[in-house]
Amino acid sequence: LKAIMISGRTLAQGAGCECKMSPDFLKAVSLCHLSKGDYDALGLCEGKNVQLKNEFGQVVLAPKVDAGLRQGMVFIPMGPWANVLVGPDTGGCGTPQFKGIEVEVEATDASVLEIRDLFRGLRRAQT
Amino acid sequence: MIVEDAICSFCGCLCDDINVEVEEGKIKRVRHACRLGSSKILGHDRIKAPMIRRGGELCMVSYQEAYDRAAEILLRAQKPLLYGWASTVCEAQKKGILLAEEVGGVLDSTATVCHGPSVIGIEEKGLPGATLGQVKNRADTIVFWGCNPAEAHPRHSLRYSSNVCGRFTPEGRAGRTIVVVDVRETRTSKNADKTVIIQPGTDYEVISALRMLVAGKGDGVPDEVGGVPKAELDGLAKTLLAARFGAVFFGLGITHSRGRYKNIDNALSLVAELNSHTKFVIMPMRGHYNVGGIGQVLAWSSGFPMSVDFTRNAPYFNPGETAACDLLAKADTDAAMIIAADAASSFPRAAVEALAKIPVIQIDPYENPTTLISEVVIPSAIAGVEAEGTAYRMDGMALRMRKLVDTSYPSDEEILSHILESVHRLQRELER
Repeated sequence: LKAIMISGRTLAQGAGCECKMSPDFLKAVSLCHLSKGDYDALGLCEGKNVQLKNEFGQVVLAPKVDAGLRQGMVFIPMGPWANVLVGPDTGGCGTPQFKGIEVEVEATDASVLEIRDLFRGLRRAQT
Repeated sequence: MIVEDAICSFCGCLCDDINVEVEEGKIKRVRHACRLGSSKILGHDRIKAPMIRRGGELCMVSYQEAYDRAAEILLRAQKPLLYGWASTVCEAQKKGILLAEEVGGVLDSTATVCHGPSVIGIEEKGLPGATLGQVKNRADTIVFWGCNPAEAHPRHSLRYSSNVCGRFTPEGRAGRTIVVVDVRETRTSKNADKTVIIQPGTDYEVISALRMLVAGKGDGVPDEVGGVPKAELDGLAKTLLAARFGAVFFGLGITHSRGRYKNIDNALSLVAELNSHTKFVIMPMRGHYNVGGIGQVLAWSSGFPMSVDFTRNAPYFNPGETAACDLLAKADTDAAMIIAADAASSFPRAAVEALAKIPVIQIDPYENPTTLISEVVIPSAIAGVEAEGTAYRMDGMALRMRKLVDTSYPSDEEILSHILESVHRLQRELER
């Protein structure tokens, strides 16, 4: 399924954003909101996840039906999971385009990466 | 002890009616704050001690060792990036600007991944603004464009905008017309009289169409713009024109989307056009509580509101070149100090990967993904809760944050002063 991704604040994301290493933050943010139509079209059910990918990266998220979204649009709470899909180009104004990003969405049995695992691959600066 | 009318240090609303119950030096209860504010004021697990990464692991060290190592990293770097500043007070920001000048670095704020396009748009056009008090007391028509205060600024509607009763708005919500323009239905739109759903990335076109309709040049507007029928846009234009005092609040829905600062520029033009017919004001919904403050402090110190390069003889500002994400994307910075922000969570992945390749100093009360890629970690007092100082509300009002409880952690201002001292000492040693 091709979709347009937007990211933004949610109450749970905001309440957890000063304790990002906690399981609550993971639960609040590693979500992909999508319309009921898209949820059904992807054959999703309890226990299934979604994989979103584009030219910038790919990420596994837990699906959540959101009645406010039209078909073809997905919403991810702002944070490190959403930002895997955001490109670094700022269009000359310093700000990356965090919203309106083309993504490919599919159902998956893969698990959502925990926050430490999301950053595990990065080379750390050494003394 | 109950601290009355404390100021909340979560978002740009800076709600100043918070009651905080303190028992034995600890915050036990928070009243009047929203879920976001309560969560922040009640606090969470803290970084226990300063740390330096050795052999890949973060090891506890003394504060002085951490200050010295931070100073060494900043001085050794050709072009260090000093980024963050949104969740701390102006006094710390001022000290940070001194440090950036001293070490010859680039100072950038979280505005560049937030309302940076608004800052640029406002520089282009100027801001027909107001205080939130004026909006509360006078606005009869309020537009929330690309923002969802019900989740991002939960008490905005109750204290300043749609639902509050004011001097000339005694009926509160019942006396106001509330419009939401967004790409989706939100909690905020549930409280609206009119919700206009546009296609993602079409804010510029929709604003342009409204400008034409408001200016009486609707003949040139196509039958549909941004997925919205012309008749619906015409109805919206009439609603705006019918206002006696209108206010537009806008959020990241338009700064983060295609068009970015041009969207803001265009929205400011729409408000200018509306002011030919009635009274209208416009305001960005600032996220972090003092992201407005770093803009103010930088502007009065350097002449520029964000992304200021102090590596030249004079401050230089060119977002797209001097903003944090651009510096990282082009490997144009060789060390970073991240303070009062979590860059690793809020930057695009490629920028985080670039950040992980350079030495990073983190100054923050909490462990977060930036900690995972940092070489030096310095835990700080929570500004606005454990340290006092000045913060700017989203409407540009400067308010004084009180200290609510004591702490053994140094404030951001103290940490920066110590790093500056270490920088000066190292400079003297190098000169010898």
